[in-house]
Amino acid sequence: MTASFDPSLDAATRSQLTPRGALAATVLAALAVLPVYAALTGDGFALTLFTRVLILAIGAVSLNLIMGYGGMVSFGHAAYLGIGGYAVGILAKEGVDSGFVQWPAAIAASALYALVVGVLSLRTRGVYFIMITLAFAQMIYYVAIGLDRYGGDDGLTIYRRSQFAGLLDLNNKTLFYYVCFALLLASLYIVSRIVNSRFGLVIRGARSNERRMRAIGFPTFRYKLVCFVIAGAMCGLAGALLANHTNFISPALMHWTRSGDLIVMVVLGGLGSLFGPLIGAVVFLLLEEGLSRLTEYPDLILGPVLLLVAIYAHGGIEGLLEGRRRG
Amino acid sequence: MLYFVEQCLNGVQLGMLLFLLAAGLTLVFGIMDLVNLAHGSLYMLGAYFAATFAVLTGSFVIAIIMAVAASLVAGMVLETVAIRRLYSRNHLDHVLGTFGLLLFFNELVRLIWGPAGMTLSLPPEMLTAVQIIPGVYYPIYRLVIILAALAIAALLYVLVMRTRLGMLIRAGAANRQMVAALGVNIELLYTFVFGLGAALAGFAGVMQAPILTVQIGMGENILILAFVVIIIGGIGSIRGAFVAAVMVGLIDTVGRSFLPDMLHRVLSTNAAATLGPALSSMSIYMLMAAVLVFRPEGLFPVAGR
Repeated sequence: MTASFDPSLDAATRSQLTPRGALAATVLAALAVLPVYAALTGDGFALTLFTRVLILAIGAVSLNLIMGYGGMVSFGHAAYLGIGGYAVGILAKEGVDSGFVQWPAAIAASALYALVVGVLSLRTRGVYFIMITLAFAQMIYYVAIGLDRYGGDDGLTIYRRSQFAGLLDLNNKTLFYYVCFALLLASLYIVSRIVNSRFGLVIRGARSNERRMRAIGFPTFRYKLVCFVIAGAMCGLAGALLANHTNFISPALMHWTRSGDLIVMVVLGGLGSLFGPLIGAVVFLLLEEGLSRLTEYPDLILGPVLLLVAIYAHGGIEGLLEGRRRG
Repeated sequence: MLYFVEQCLNGVQLGMLLFLLAAGLTLVFGIMDLVNLAHGSLYMLGAYFAATFAVLTGSFVIAIIMAVAASLVAGMVLETVAIRRLYSRNHLDHVLGTFGLLLFFNELVRLIWGPAGMTLSLPPEMLTAVQIIPGVYYPIYRLVIILAALAIAALLYVLVMRTRLGMLIRAGAANRQMVAALGVNIELLYTFVFGLGAALAGFAGVMQAPILTVQIGMGENILILAFVVIIIGGIGSIRGAFVAAVMVGLIDTVGRSFLPDMLHRVLSTNAAATLGPALSSMSIYMLMAAVLVFRPEGLFPVAGR
């Protein structure tokens, strides 16, 4: 099976003052001032909702790195959220509440899991890759259910957020929001540096034609594996943030439909564009929130919307803005 | 020893159930090249249909027949309305579109049947146990599941390998354009194949309904097991799906029953109690990983893919 995505190698290097650039700038600016709005109106819920948006956007950005630029459709990305979250939760339960330990542990554990899954799954391609990443994530889900000491099926409450030796107080909601925002910007920066580097060119080249990349001498497997591990580590950090955000973790966080949500965010925003996953995360979570206020049966509308996006809207929201069709 | 035989039979029964699900998935993937995440929804629908028809008709057997027929129709309608528009898309779009369908069906079931689950009770003659070998009694209904699934596996084999329709299905998998050019209504053929997959999934749901509760999302986790089965068996291979389904069913069931005890012998009680459930749920994924290392295309790879 050949790689299924149309290569648009120039997409990331294209000049930025386009409708999509403007949209990305607007979204970033709005996110930057959102706590001010929340403070002025006393709308604490908006702050909570958008903290969640930021955290899941980090997850979507990391998924976009492998899926959008690398053509690796990983259907197990929620596992990293869970591993990162459980790293924080388990350490907190065992009395280690320093964020200087917890967060690196979350990143390291996710990276290690990504390494194992990557070594096994990157040997395969196409639909095998989708299903294998899905299956391993499901394994982690069941492992978490089996962890009786850490709540099993019921989940685990985290009584203290990660401590940063008095430097940062994550209980301050506005501060926590800006921590998430800064980490989102950092992950966007890292992804943009990666995809525009020589390393990134190999990854993107392997998406278009892996055989050719190998023929000209690149060991694509190793490149893809490193990329896969970077994405996993990044999403693990998002998991650590999510655990701090909700003060609670449970296996439900890793259910495979959560991985589906992340894929939806990336595709909705526009595959393989830097800010696409951010826009996708904002749109998807707001849509979800809006629909559930509007009707008792939100997925009755959301489901067909996704189907229509899959059938008609290639390139997601950014693709629509560009008026270009892919695939 | 008796317990072991019983657990093995339970494993075979789970394997048969997985085969019914995996056969539909692998058929649809092998022929239409479609990744269908909504397959579990058809399993769920089958169970809800059966529970509903059982209440309406009062007969278990009639309910099963009607539920399978309804699943077939539901699958064919779904294919005509939505799925066929996805064939020309890439796998990621399949994932997105059928994920949307899964959300839609879960919500639709909640709208129609309500958030509480349903139960499907067995007729009294199914509630007894029979003595299969001296000293081992086994619930007759579970034996019925095994036999029915075996019969379906045989029918499926005859249908695909021995009939004209099966020949067209195989030809359609090999070269769609050529079959269409020869005057075969390939769209109708696809609709039928998808409906067949839906009916198999529906039947699996029907058979499982009396054992578990009929509830929303019941197809989601078992769908992943069916994926594991077709990865191990080789995507597109029905024979592979059968072998892998029995393997997965046996290893999962036997692992869950005996691994915790085995751990107790080598580890402290505390460590075994923590590790046991976690490890035994990992066993089939370990099997999958092992198969992938040695046979990345599965045990029965389909040529030309």
